[in-house]
Amino acid sequence: MLGAMAVYLRGFLARKIGRGAADLEDLVQESLLAIHLKRETYDTSQPFTAWAFAIARYKLIDWFRRNRIRRTEPIDEAAELFASEDSNEAATRHDLGKLVSILPEKQRTLLEDVKIAGLSHAEAARKAGMTEGAVKVSIHRSLQVLMRRARDEN
Amino acid sequence: MKTDELISLLARDAAPVKSSTLPRRLSALALAGGFAALVMMIPAIGFRPDLPGALADPSFWMKAVYTVGLSAAGFLLSERLSRPGGGSRPGWTIAAGCAAAIVALAIIQLATMPPAEVPAAIMGGSWDSCPWLIFALALPGLAATLRAMRGFAPTRTALAGAAAGLLAGGVSATVYGLHCDENAAAFVAVWYSLGIGMTAVAGAILGPRVLRW
Repeated sequence: MLGAMAVYLRGFLARKIGRGAADLEDLVQESLLAIHLKRETYDTSQPFTAWAFAIARYKLIDWFRRNRIRRTEPIDEAAELFASEDSNEAATRHDLGKLVSILPEKQRTLLEDVKIAGLSHAEAARKAGMTEGAVKVSIHRSLQVLMRRARDEN
Repeated sequence: MKTDELISLLARDAAPVKSSTLPRRLSALALAGGFAALVMMIPAIGFRPDLPGALADPSFWMKAVYTVGLSAAGFLLSERLSRPGGGSRPGWTIAAGCAAAIVALAIIQLATMPPAEVPAAIMGGSWDSCPWLIFALALPGLAATLRAMRGFAPTRTALAGAAAGLLAGGVSATVYGLHCDENAAAFVAVWYSLGIGMTAVAGAILGPRVLRW
């Protein structure tokens, strides 16, 4: 029973702190010990694994706290956090926003979903509760309206 | 030590335990906390002088139902939050239900009395001592509950501490109801709740410090 748990716990903890981590086995043992000592807190009407993994998670957090480790996120996405210095691009974006705002609400949402957020036609259709064909037609029309308007303004 | 050795060592020591230990310990401690509050209260401030007659007064029972209800909510929450995993919805529902009921009752009472009497109904004659006394009478129960909880396995320590405070505060306020002769629902809704809330906040502050295991 505890032997089977040890295998699961080792897998779970290894995913969190890395397979080769020196403390991995310590942490597995600490969790097993806690599961053993705290077994009276298991409520038989509840799922057993949820209880056991909650204990392992608690021990894991405790370990992070002791070692002053903060989980970090990769910085790849961070570029979006920095303000763009390209004022040309900002101006374009502003104009685009103004231009798009002449579209009716529903068309604008679809256009933004597909062309800006990068959803596929099928995804946008599901989100809006329309058929894929209708989405394509709507976006095509929106683009026509926008192009006409942009031409007129120039 | 090798993990396998640890496992066989633990397995040798694996006497069966009852999963009902936890609620039994908590309820015993809640009773002990109430008894401690009573022992502290009688020599210090005593019962309300009209106690036998007050038992026939609906407002006495209104207070008792409110504070016992909050104790029950605190008990359920303490029990759930002492165990890893699992939700704690029923306890929150009872606590919110009690609070909503007393506030509704207070509003009805205040709305049906002459406006000139409203401030007196809210402030009563003991607003400045009531929350503090409830808080003080709750301290033995809070200490005992937190101590027992440390032996269990609370994973959300601040919440678990607050639940212990709700339990101890509710019990203490129930005992305090035997001394206090305020009758207005508005008084109970404000000052009793404040005393119980102070105990819960104390528990939430202490929880992360004392409930590590």
